[in-house]
Amino acid sequence: MSNTKEIVITPIFKNNPIALQVLGVCSALAVTTNMNNAVVMTLAVMAVAAFSNLFVSMIRSHIPSNIRIIVQMTIIASLVIVVDQILKAVAYDVSKQLSVFVGLIITNCIVLGRAEAFAMKNPPLPSFIDGLGNGLGYGMVLLFVAFFRELLGAGSLFGFEILPLVTNGGWYYSNGMLLLPPSAFFLIGILIWAIRTWYPEQVEKPEFVIAPNTSKEAV
Amino acid sequence: MSSNNDSIKKTVTVAVVLCVVCSVVVSAAAVLLKPMQQYNMDQDRKSNILRAAGITDPSKTVDELFSQITTRIVDINTGEFVDAPEAEDFRRAAGDPSRSVALDRRTDIASIKRQPNLMPVYMVESDAGGIETLILPVYGYGLWSTMYGFLALEGDLNTVAGLGFYEHAETPGLGGEIDNPSWKASWIGKQIYPNVETTQPALRVVKGSVDPSLAGAEHRIDGLAGATLTANGVTNMIQFWLGETGYAPLIANLRAKTAVEDVQLNDDAAELDSAEEV
Repeated sequence: MSNTKEIVITPIFKNNPIALQVLGVCSALAVTTNMNNAVVMTLAVMAVAAFSNLFVSMIRSHIPSNIRIIVQMTIIASLVIVVDQILKAVAYDVSKQLSVFVGLIITNCIVLGRAEAFAMKNPPLPSFIDGLGNGLGYGMVLLFVAFFRELLGAGSLFGFEILPLVTNGGWYYSNGMLLLPPSAFFLIGILIWAIRTWYPEQVEKPEFVIAPNTSKEAV
Repeated sequence: MSSNNDSIKKTVTVAVVLCVVCSVVVSAAAVLLKPMQQYNMDQDRKSNILRAAGITDPSKTVDELFSQITTRIVDINTGEFVDAPEAEDFRRAAGDPSRSVALDRRTDIASIKRQPNLMPVYMVESDAGGIETLILPVYGYGLWSTMYGFLALEGDLNTVAGLGFYEHAETPGLGGEIDNPSWKASWIGKQIYPNVETTQPALRVVKGSVDPSLAGAEHRIDGLAGATLTANGVTNMIQFWLGETGYAPLIANLRAKTAVEDVQLNDDAAELDSAEEV
């Protein structure tokens, strides 16, 4: 298992599901207002991605190809419900804040994408690790976005005050826009820019090349 | 993938087996974790009530603190206590036409559409049997969402002892500042009604800040910058729930009761005095 490390590390930077594949952006906007939510969401996605990959891979030679997407979705949906129930039982406050977004892991393209692209063709253990790696890659972006949103939007990290707010008698005027979903677009955009500057091979070829302007005389 | 995987028999078998296994796993998780979830919800509700009343003690558990609180169900129209423990879930009652009434536009200033007939109230009773704190569930529409909270009154049933919201979706940083601890603290000590006879609350959130030297400052709460509509929602909520449509009949009843007890107490004291003189 020499490539185990590679399977875990690659999705974090080189092949990040959000930054390169631009999957799962929806939930990345919604759950990144503070670090606590981002950490719990990361763990939830890692668990679902890893176990769904594991189970899909275990039964991959018995899955009829014409219902394979439904089979994968059934496994993913069951796992998401289990994770949601566990969160409600052990981390009630966080699960209240994450509300529907835990349930929406079902529709997170990363999970189904990895089940279809990797787990259907690889043995269980690498598939499990691939799920962990992709969940982690998703989580890294979540944590990055949440770090700036919570620090600059609410002046705190993990709920602990870092920049004392004016409303609480401090000096920091919080940037309210960072607490609203659109700010995550900017942060994810900046992150994708940074990663593509680091790995220029990620830059896609333009789909269209603008034709040179035709001169008036030629017509 | 071998081709016999795609035979009808195999397809049906895989589908059925998968569905059975998945449903067993999901139902097992739901059933086994139910008690813990119920416990969490219960703790959450109790700590919301305690927080609104300002009863906090890190050394004690929520259950220990909650043991001093009595839950009573009140009939909103008459203001009398009734025996109906199932009515504690007032949000379910608000959606049930047999247990709530539709409000017309003019009375429905808090925009709650339907009002339950029965509401739970929570009391901290003093050793003498009087009320030390009365905690009332209140809710109303802000800018984006219905804000659910508790308002705690002191024993005189007029002075605010605390306010806390446990569910809302107002704009973070603007309307969301209704959760700001220093703003909530500015409610403490304010007066709801201008005098004992009036059932129309005078308490309201104003724009800007309150000058404490002006008359009526005890009925005014500092506004929230950039959140006028949320603040109006809070004012409407107070006007609705503390007015005739809300808890005013209950408060009148409780006042009448304490007045009677006071008279008895005074009589007892007078008897004691005369006995001492002899």
